[in-house]
Amino acid sequence: MDGARLGGLLGGEPKVVAAGAPILAEALQQQAVRVERVDWRPPPDWAVDALNAVLGDPRHAAANATAVERMLAARPRLVDVRPASEVLGLEKGTFLHAGPPLEWDRASGPMRGALVGAMLLEGLASSPEEAERALEAGAATLDSCHHHGAVGPMAGVVSPSMQMFVVEDDQNGRVRRSYCSLNEGLGKVLRYGAYGPEVIERLRWMGAVLGPVLRDAVRRHGPVDLTAITAQALQMGDELHNRNRAATSLLVRELAADIITAGAPASDVAEVLRFVNGNDHFYLNLAMAAAKVGADAARGVPGSSMVVAMARNGTDFGIQVSGTGDRWFTGPAGVPDGLFLGSYGPQDANPDIGDSTIMETTGLGGFAMAAAPAIVRFVGGQVPDALAATHRMYEITLAEHPVFQVPILSFRGTPAGIDVTRVVRTGILPVINTGMAGRVAGTGQVGAGLVDPPAEAFSEALRALARLAG
Amino acid sequence: MNTRVEVRGGIYRDSVTLLRVSRALAQRPGVTAATVAMATGLNLDLLVQQGFTVPAGAGPNDLVVAIRGEDEAAVRAAWEALDGLLAEAPAPAAAGGAPEAVPARTTGAAARRLADPGGGLALVSVPGRYAFAEAMDALAAGLNVMVFSDNVPLHQEIALKEAAGRRGLIVMGPDCGTAMIGGVGLGFANAVRPGPVGIVAASGTGAQQMMCLLDAAGVGVRHVLGVGGRDLSAEVSGRSTLAALAALDADPATEMIAVVTKPPASRVADLVHSAARRLDTPVTFAMLGEDAADLTDATAKVLRALGRDVPRWPSWPAPPPPGPPSPGALRGLFAGGTLCAEAALVARRELGPDPVSGHAFTDFGDDEYTRGRAHPMIDPTLRLERLAAEAADPACAVVLMDVVLGYGADPDPAALLAPAIEDALARRPDLRVVVSLCGTPADPQDRDRQAAALQAAGADVFASNAEAARHAAGLARGRAAAAAHGRHLEGA
Repeated sequence: MDGARLGGLLGGEPKVVAAGAPILAEALQQQAVRVERVDWRPPPDWAVDALNAVLGDPRHAAANATAVERMLAARPRLVDVRPASEVLGLEKGTFLHAGPPLEWDRASGPMRGALVGAMLLEGLASSPEEAERALEAGAATLDSCHHHGAVGPMAGVVSPSMQMFVVEDDQNGRVRRSYCSLNEGLGKVLRYGAYGPEVIERLRWMGAVLGPVLRDAVRRHGPVDLTAITAQALQMGDELHNRNRAATSLLVRELAADIITAGAPASDVAEVLRFVNGNDHFYLNLAMAAAKVGADAARGVPGSSMVVAMARNGTDFGIQVSGTGDRWFTGPAGVPDGLFLGSYGPQDANPDIGDSTIMETTGLGGFAMAAAPAIVRFVGGQVPDALAATHRMYEITLAEHPVFQVPILSFRGTPAGIDVTRVVRTGILPVINTGMAGRVAGTGQVGAGLVDPPAEAFSEALRALARLAG
Repeated sequence: MNTRVEVRGGIYRDSVTLLRVSRALAQRPGVTAATVAMATGLNLDLLVQQGFTVPAGAGPNDLVVAIRGEDEAAVRAAWEALDGLLAEAPAPAAAGGAPEAVPARTTGAAARRLADPGGGLALVSVPGRYAFAEAMDALAAGLNVMVFSDNVPLHQEIALKEAAGRRGLIVMGPDCGTAMIGGVGLGFANAVRPGPVGIVAASGTGAQQMMCLLDAAGVGVRHVLGVGGRDLSAEVSGRSTLAALAALDADPATEMIAVVTKPPASRVADLVHSAARRLDTPVTFAMLGEDAADLTDATAKVLRALGRDVPRWPSWPAPPPPGPPSPGALRGLFAGGTLCAEAALVARRELGPDPVSGHAFTDFGDDEYTRGRAHPMIDPTLRLERLAAEAADPACAVVLMDVVLGYGADPDPAALLAPAIEDALARRPDLRVVVSLCGTPADPQDRDRQAAALQAAGADVFASNAEAARHAAGLARGRAAAAAHGRHLEGA
């Protein structure tokens, strides 16, 4: 009652957060008061008015709380595996791609390569040259995966015949779905822009064998709880973007019996298990769809400055924000920094590409780097760098995930829900783990590492939020 | 003479840190002047006054460094020391709890590091144009806020207080210099004995004066809730005053509430008075104004309401000079806004409205002197310069200054002030200096030690600001025994 006025301020010794002149915090420490000090630095000059407008919007705090709560409440489950033509209504001649909307003219090498591959897969061209000419002439309709509840890794090209994971989140009867293609493995693969015969061959097999076997297994098994697998994988050393080894293993264990008893020929079953087992990233696409369904739940909260999508198309890096509808805020995609395969080097890498940044959008990947000491060198650092990266992300996020915990941080939840205002106020950009595609169409993967998103995407989003502030 | 001036873009340090760096450089052998400051208009003017040529295009977000020395080597050595000194500027480590790899960068992020932010408080002292974001962030995290910063626009103050109201929290300030919660001083606050009084203050130094006088009378203070000088304006409408009254009323250990304010807008005064009447805890008002009581009288009123005796207030008169004082202008050089206003009021009563005599009062804590600079309670530079200037002005007969002690204030104000007073009096034997000393014996600076040093330098020192002002006004009229009235005494 009354005694608890001002949150109980007058009841005991004050707990103080101090931002600004150190002398005032020191005076408190002289009086033996515990003080949390803020390493405050001024935001950029241009941003002051915009920040005041957004932070002063009476809807802002509650809107962010709502947005992040919705995202964290999602409990995605894998419910089905079906072709894109069926689940997305994708028609022949239409392709989805990663990142913000893009036209052929501005498409990068790997994006073009993946589209060429998709033309070949769908039988719309009989040679890469013919496919390229057709695409150049505008033969295909392109659209962003994100516009269809879908996400695609790297080039993220989805064509009608591709098999898709169907992930569902049921929040008290309000069912939301998201979709992602099946992971092809590493090396020369379509998502990295390769389109050689072995790539098309593998995609055909995935459509004819892998998809249907998984579909039957999932249907026999019943919905697969992806939150549970992801949470366990984090505790087994995955960060769910560049390392999915534990999660993939857990998935195989979960589905193995149903894969075997689904009735496919033993040779197909063996091939499916060998393929999934041989591909440490198999779970990534499921994790992406799971992240997407949560991020989508947070969309459209007026006044919220929370990021609901980060995605790249190989040319632009774009973000979407809960309070600004479906608008994209973009900047040029950067070239990742990291380790290269074989004799590849920085000159071979394409600018950043893919929807897999949905992992960071929801507090995994680079944000959960502290959970994955096994790959810190892979992304160019030491274990303390990984801990620092995750710590840094708490500065720009709204919440900690209640289920996804990091053992080495005393099981603290991962930092989740990027806040545009915090990014601009601190100048701290999201840490993004990523793969690297070859610059030249048809090359495939050349490495993996870290990439910085362009700061202007966040600046533009802040300006837009300021204009909408009530 | 060698000078070097340079502007460095994109470096930010708070004004207190820069003051420390400037002092450290100035104390180096062979250095005759050194200023490291953010390039605000005020600081650039000061550099020009110091004889430096300021590069064009420097703005408030740039750091300007100006060093003058006896020879090139001294300047170069100081310059080389600069980066080290700037690097020593504290990058705060997290206090207590699990070690964090990085310190919190926003108030909201720091709030989340508290095990339970409920009942917590954010102390925001970033430059005024950035204070709104930090304060709003703190409120969103469930913290009460004390906005120490000044230069915060009125509409932002209203928005902050509305947001606090929606959450059942309080915003103290902006420009809230003083608060005390459960005996812990925040901002500029004095170490007073614990006790039954709760103070709501629209004035920082007003609250400090009352705390210190109550302490001198043997009465303790439990909480001081500052509300900011504009809280009782028609626009802000007493939002924080009303919240503070309700909170103190609900605090079982607060037996008496004192409200210290400048004259409120009349509609707001009605609002606050009627709210006060509805409380269970008795409320005493000390509204400063033309016809109202001064802070010393208001403190007496609180003491009487508590059934306590009003003591004689401590004073430390300097040995009287041989001749009678020569009448002339009274110049008040203040660090505390309310103390300044009160002294001006008292002086006007004593001296009458006499523009010819050139009496003048300056509040160096006012926004125009603090934009991009530390408060005069921390940084005495501007006041010391003015003291020397007044001593050089033959029209000036009396200088009246306040010295405010306590947490957050200069750790030893007499160290610089006493020699400056001594110097002024040596050059002007007919000049008189009066000091209003606001502090307690328990303050980190030790009031009695400060009083003795200032007294020894030749100043008449008073614990009551009103008494100091009356004494100074008497001297300005040429009355030698102005302090007398039989009221002065030795330290309590």
